[in-house]
Amino acid sequence: MNDKPNKLITDDGLRLDGRRADEIRPMKIEIGVLSRADGSCYLEWGRNKILVGVFGPREAHPRRLQRADAAVIRYRYNMASFSVEDRARPGPSRRSIEISKVSREAFEPVIMAELYPKTAIDIFVEILQADAGTRTAAINASSIALADAGIPMKGLVTSCAFGKVDGQIVLDLNKEEDNYGEADFPVAMTQDGEITLLQMDGHLTPEEIKKGFELVKKGCKEILEIQQTVLRKKFETPVEEPEAEPEAKIVDTESEAAETEPSLEYAPEAAAVEETIEEAEELEAEPSEEVTETVPEAEELEEIVKEAEVEVVDGEAIEEAIEAETEEEAIEAETEEEAIEAEDESKGPWKVVKDPSESGSRGENDE
Amino acid sequence: MEKKIVIPGDLLSENSKKAGYGTYVKNDKIYSLFCGIESLKEDKVGVIPLAGAYIPSVNDVVIGIVIVVTPSNWIMDIASPYDGLFHVSEYPRRIESQNMPEVMDVGDSIILRVKDVDSSMKVELALRDSNFYKLKTGLVVKVEPVKVPRVIGHGGSMISMLKKETNCSIFVGQNGRIWIDGRDEDMELLSKALRKIEAEAQRSGLTDRIYNFLKSERSKKKESRPAKYFKSKKKETKLPKESHSEEIYRKIDVLLDPKN
Repeated sequence: MNDKPNKLITDDGLRLDGRRADEIRPMKIEIGVLSRADGSCYLEWGRNKILVGVFGPREAHPRRLQRADAAVIRYRYNMASFSVEDRARPGPSRRSIEISKVSREAFEPVIMAELYPKTAIDIFVEILQADAGTRTAAINASSIALADAGIPMKGLVTSCAFGKVDGQIVLDLNKEEDNYGEADFPVAMTQDGEITLLQMDGHLTPEEIKKGFELVKKGCKEILEIQQTVLRKKFETPVEEPEAEPEAKIVDTESEAAETEPSLEYAPEAAAVEETIEEAEELEAEPSEEVTETVPEAEELEEIVKEAEVEVVDGEAIEEAIEAETEEEAIEAETEEEAIEAEDESKGPWKVVKDPSESGSRGENDE
Repeated sequence: MEKKIVIPGDLLSENSKKAGYGTYVKNDKIYSLFCGIESLKEDKVGVIPLAGAYIPSVNDVVIGIVIVVTPSNWIMDIASPYDGLFHVSEYPRRIESQNMPEVMDVGDSIILRVKDVDSSMKVELALRDSNFYKLKTGLVVKVEPVKVPRVIGHGGSMISMLKKETNCSIFVGQNGRIWIDGRDEDMELLSKALRKIEAEAQRSGLTDRIYNFLKSERSKKKESRPAKYFKSKKKETKLPKESHSEEIYRKIDVLLDPKN
């Protein structure tokens, strides 16, 4: 089990993942990933993967929890059983209850709970993959999800940790550094620099803490900038409903260019979806041609088969015939699917994407 | 018109007297509370939020759905964290409490006005005017309450366009519930259009876009009939083809059979 690396920091000051002491891991944020939640955020920070859903303000249940003067804020930190190397036992643990509590308290000073008496604001954090610093990553993600849900806040909360590794103070520990390092020190702060969460695990001298704080302030500033740009981008770009795109295309080509371009700008995924829809539309328009095409092909095949019957049984010819056959089968299945697709408009583009593979596998089985 | 997007914690103004909706003051400076659009109106700096729940305020007109009938009140769901109370005395005629479900029962929808909201968020409802608008026909569509102004449009431009283009009657409640009534296909088209408004709320020239959308949907509807004929024809051609390929299969099977 002891696979501790000899050195966590190389002589030229680089860490195991190639970062310098004052660098944070790369962060990737997506907003509004859950359609049922009022606000949501998916965040990747290094190898951490975190999903946050925010609900509320909504009626607080059970009613005894309601506060007459303010909303109650509930924060649930939960690790998926597959988030760590050894399976984590599902359900709340001592650790997750503690993290939920301190994280909730990290948000209480910024959320304007007094505007919504008798309600509850629920924040659900799911750690999908953990790689040290999940509580700080969860706070960063929750902050964005809360803003996405339209919950009034005095500002965003950012969080980052510092620690001591090989006797050196470093920013934003990763798994190895957390496991084999000497100390871990998570901090959360508002954008004014007011500390809302502060924890420590390990041993540090007052000087080291001072030094670490300088690093954390720098790290939080960087994270805040990422959070702000992501939020601004989300609200600046018009929300596109991918399904609506091709519909407009059929009639007016003028707005087509105007419509597709901005969407490509803001989200490659959306563009991909659009493309598949376009493809689907194209295919939908075509099937009649394909059908007429396949009929003569089938005739050809029959001829091949007849020839093969008449002549001495030649293995190769048959193989060819079978190959051609399976191909034709695939095409046929496709067109058939399209017919179904065309009939039932409510079915999405994924149907078309999925089907060729199905028909392909059927062909293989026949062989 | 340049719309400035703000996010929570953005500095809006140094003059604390100008603080409007969606802002807070700290150290004599105004900051934003929401993700939204900055609005400068009547010497006030405010933020129009782009997301959030409906919070009732006095004189809002809303669409409520009865969830509980008590001996003196109808408790209404008004698409908000808070339930609304509609007292029997607000009803134009005197009703005995046992007859209350006959007037309105659980699940009924009605157009109401918010009469009063107190500090503990007890919401009292009243009739909009002296008329009792119980919704017996039509459909209630829900949009995000922050997008209600876009459904109405500048000076009601969007809503009047929608009414004209779809031949539906529309009523928009402040709480994001929209009642529509008309022919089935018109209502379907209209609710599609409303979804589109919701999805593209931040775009400029939205009314024109929705107008084009409705037009294209209509023309598509007209085209759809020959398309259907086309599809059925295609099916016919495919059926014989299928038997065809089965025949080939059989022949190949025969050929491949080692016994032959």
